Amino acid sequence: MSKYAPKLSELKKEFDEKPTVLKGDYSPQEWWERPVEFRDGNWCFSGKPEVLQDLGFANPRKWAATDDDWQLPPGWQKTISEGLQSRLKKYRSLKLFLDACVRCGACADKCHFFLGTGDPKNMPVVRAELLRSVYRNDFPLVEKILKGFSGSRKLTEAVIKEWHMYFHQCTECRRCSVFCPFGIDTAEITMMVRELLNLIGVNNNWILAPVSNCNRTGNHLGIEPHTFVQNINSLVEDIEDLTGVAVEPTFNRKGAEVLFITPSGDVFGDPGVYTMMGYLLLFHHIGLDYTISTYASEGGNFGMFTSNDMMKKLNAKMYHEAKRLGVKWLLGGECGHMWRVVHQYMNTMNGPADFLEVPVSPITGTRFSNAAATKMVHIAEFTADLIHNKKLKLDPKRNDHLRTTFHDSCNVARGMGMFEEPRSILRNVCNSFHEMAEDTIREKTFCCGSGSGLNAEEYMEIRMRGGFPRANAVKQVKDRHKVNSLVTICAIDRASLPPLMNYWNPGVSVYGLHELVGNALVMQGEKKRTTDLRENAMAGFEDGGDDEE
Amino acid sequence: MKKVLMPLVMVAILALIPFVGVQYAGLSYLFGVIIPFAAIVVLLAGFLLRMADWMRRPVPFRIPTTCGQEKSLDWIKYDRLESPAHFWEAVARVLSEVFFFRSLFRNTRAELHKDANLAYGSHKWLWLGGLAFHWSLLIIVLRHSRFFFVMVPGFTDFLDHADGFLDVTLPTFYITDAVVLAAITFLVLRRLMDAKMRLISLQTDYFPLFLIAAIVVVGVLMRYVVRLNIMPVKDQMLRLVNFSFDAPGEIGTLFYVHLFLVSVLAIYFPFSKLMHAGAIFLSPTRNLSNNSRQKRHINPWNSAIKFRTYSEYEDDYREKMKKANLPIEKQ
Ligand code: HEM
Ligand code: SF4
Ligand code: SF4
Repeated sequence: MSKYAPKLSELKKEFDEKPTVLKGDYSPQEWWERPVEFRDGNWCFSGKPEVLQDLGFANPRKWAATDDDWQLPPGWQKTISEGLQSRLKKYRSLKLFLDACVRCGACADKCHFFLGTGDPKNMPVVRAELLRSVYRNDFPLVEKILKGFSGSRKLTEAVIKEWHMYFHQCTECRRCSVFCPFGIDTAEITMMVRELLNLIGVNNNWILAPVSNCNRTGNHLGIEPHTFVQNINSLVEDIEDLTGVAVEPTFNRKGAEVLFITPSGDVFGDPGVYTMMGYLLLFHHIGLDYTISTYASEGGNFGMFTSNDMMKKLNAKMYHEAKRLGVKWLLGGECGHMWRVVHQYMNTMNGPADFLEVPVSPITGTRFSNAAATKMVHIAEFTADLIHNKKLKLDPKRNDHLRTTFHDSCNVARGMGMFEEPRSILRNVCNSFHEMAEDTIREKTFCCGSGSGLNAEEYMEIRMRGGFPRANAVKQVKDRHKVNSLVTICAIDRASLPPLMNYWNPGVSVYGLHELVGNALVMQGEKKRTTDLRENAMAGFEDGGDDEE
Repeated sequence: MKKVLMPLVMVAILALIPFVGVQYAGLSYLFGVIIPFAAIVVLLAGFLLRMADWMRRPVPFRIPTTCGQEKSLDWIKYDRLESPAHFWEAVARVLSEVFFFRSLFRNTRAELHKDANLAYGSHKWLWLGGLAFHWSLLIIVLRHSRFFFVMVPGFTDFLDHADGFLDVTLPTFYITDAVVLAAITFLVLRRLMDAKMRLISLQTDYFPLFLIAAIVVVGVLMRYVVRLNIMPVKDQMLRLVNFSFDAPGEIGTLFYVHLFLVSVLAIYFPFSKLMHAGAIFLSPTRNLSNNSRQKRHINPWNSAIKFRTYSEYEDDYREKMKKANLPIEKQ
């Protein structure tokens, strides 16, 4: 277990014994009187100077959140307050969300970080109040007469430290926004504050390093073109070993019908690579005319966790590459925040994509009119359509060793509204699927606790706390239905849920949806399959077993 | 608890001002004409300016919070209200929030139990209390229209009868008076009793609740206890509506307290969280349809940025790409 997280027994003891607001304890201390303490496990390493220089970002220096002096640049107050003013002008959302809150408290216990820490500043309303209290200070006269009436305060270095802590204990998951009677979205406020913090060099290396990598090499992991190709080719070899089928992906090929883009975690990380194998098998199975780009080799977009301009800059590669290659439309892999960007931002930022065609599935003829402008289709929509039209030969029994439950990823759930497509696929590729509790799925889904660029090893304590509500819901179906597989459609989930499960629910493994598709696909010319893509034995397909294969 | 006492004291002082002013200083013209009129002007102008101030700011991105299935494949039923695909569906979504507090209806309460177990209970009290509070307030305001018209409008009559169906007292007892008082009591108590609420509440949260409560209490006193004569009040209101600034006739002092507190509420409204009444119509997470992939949403200030182009990339990696047999543009 990570040295950055307490032992599970210690954490449970704390949950049982420590009085918190969550458990109804009211200490007379107001939230703005509570100190901010950085210690091991609750802060991410700060952006390396060379990374900042590479990106042209402000105030490159060596520093740590635990330092007393953060070496903020001279005039930082002015930078922040001007930055805030200009964003208030550009975003109605920000202005409205700062103005409209009635502090009704409906959002208070909806945030996974509040549930996992009991820290009052993790109630979404207070998180927003951290900024709101400074924003209100624009009316100093009122505050002078009625001291303490509107709860405003001055912008000090202590406030910056507080922002750094609590706007990095928000994964921009939007769960609070579902419950707010005015739809106030704390994620929107977090995005704005992170932009502001970056203006004065208060940052997180786990976000900025991928941003810089992505800009340079095309993907977060900084994989150069030849290595990228090598990696996929080694997956191709694994597929051949396992199934006897030689799949043939192409790279940077002009004239392909479809450009396929997925998070680079699927190419490099475990267990993402198995999901990648699933895609490759699927495309081979249906004979899709597709190509993969080494230049636009990242579906994810950590720019989103940095600033909207950076999001746009990284995202621009998708259309740029689609145009260069002359493809007809784009197909996107399983990922959460990638799809928030593609669905709600891409076409506005980098469109119009009128050099592409409205996506039509070459196999079923289905016209994806819901993607008529963006021209990008989600792989789950694509596959659900294939299955619905009976174009896939599937043997769901091959997933009988897996008892599954499905984790809705925040962004796909609350920033896109995709709930049924993955479920319809899952029901068709496996026989055992149990939903988690109703208050923890679909639009009410709980974050993995590590989204929005918080997946750093040194942040383990906060991640394990933030992921607690999700883990707890998994535990219930594990106890009740012997669930052993947590299926997701998000690359960050695939990286962050395994340690979360190890911590809270050992024995539960994490799968991408298309890994299960890959397991179930009956390929033409395949050899007898006894193991799944992870080389785990499948139930009922043992060597020499008398199954009907 | 300074947070609670301060607003309480403020409301008490505010109630005393017109009492002293009219009873002892004879300022009935000030409190009966000038202040109410100014208050109306501030309310209307302030409300419109605040709305205009929001509306002139662009909505750069289409960011609805999708609380239901998107419209994608034909055979998957989409949620017209929670993931609207068309303009009118989004309108319906906003109206369902305005009239029924739909999102609040979802409310749950999380509890942390022994051995690290979370439980979520349905928790509709705020929804119920909030609805009771707002609907009663609305009906009460509409009922007041009988003071502003020579001929009492039909709907006011209807409201009067419906609201007073418990015809047990003289004058008829209005249900809404009791409901709104009960609801306010609940809304204040929950801020005091629940640890989370106590922590997030500011003075600005208690103040309007106390103010409205005071208005209602004074109103109830006038109607059921002190039994004020209505006719001069109606005369006075008609005069105001007709922009006539004659001095008011003989009206009990309590009325001036009521009217002054209403004026304070009206003036306070545009500068405070009470503007949520307008904001709810403009919230971009609720009033936009979820069709950003189908139809391009325009950002008026779409920033010009320079991204790293393919040719720059190829220039950096050409040799490596050649070795990996990747097609390249330039040799
Ligand atoms: C379009 C009309 C309006 C809508 C849709 C609306 C909606 C809401 C909602 C959903 C809440 C949160 C839940 C609650 O505490 O009840 C709320 C709170 C509140 N509203 Fe309204 N409202 C409207 C107009 C007004 C008006 C005209 C007033 C007063 C003059 C008002 C006074 C309040 C107060 C004082 C609260 C806070 C309650 C508390 O502190 O617990 N609202 N409103
Ligand atoms: S639910 Fe909305 S209005 Fe209520 S406290 Fe939270 S952000 Fe404010
Ligand atoms: S967006 Fe998610 S993480 Fe952020 S405050 Fe809301 S519920 Fe918490």
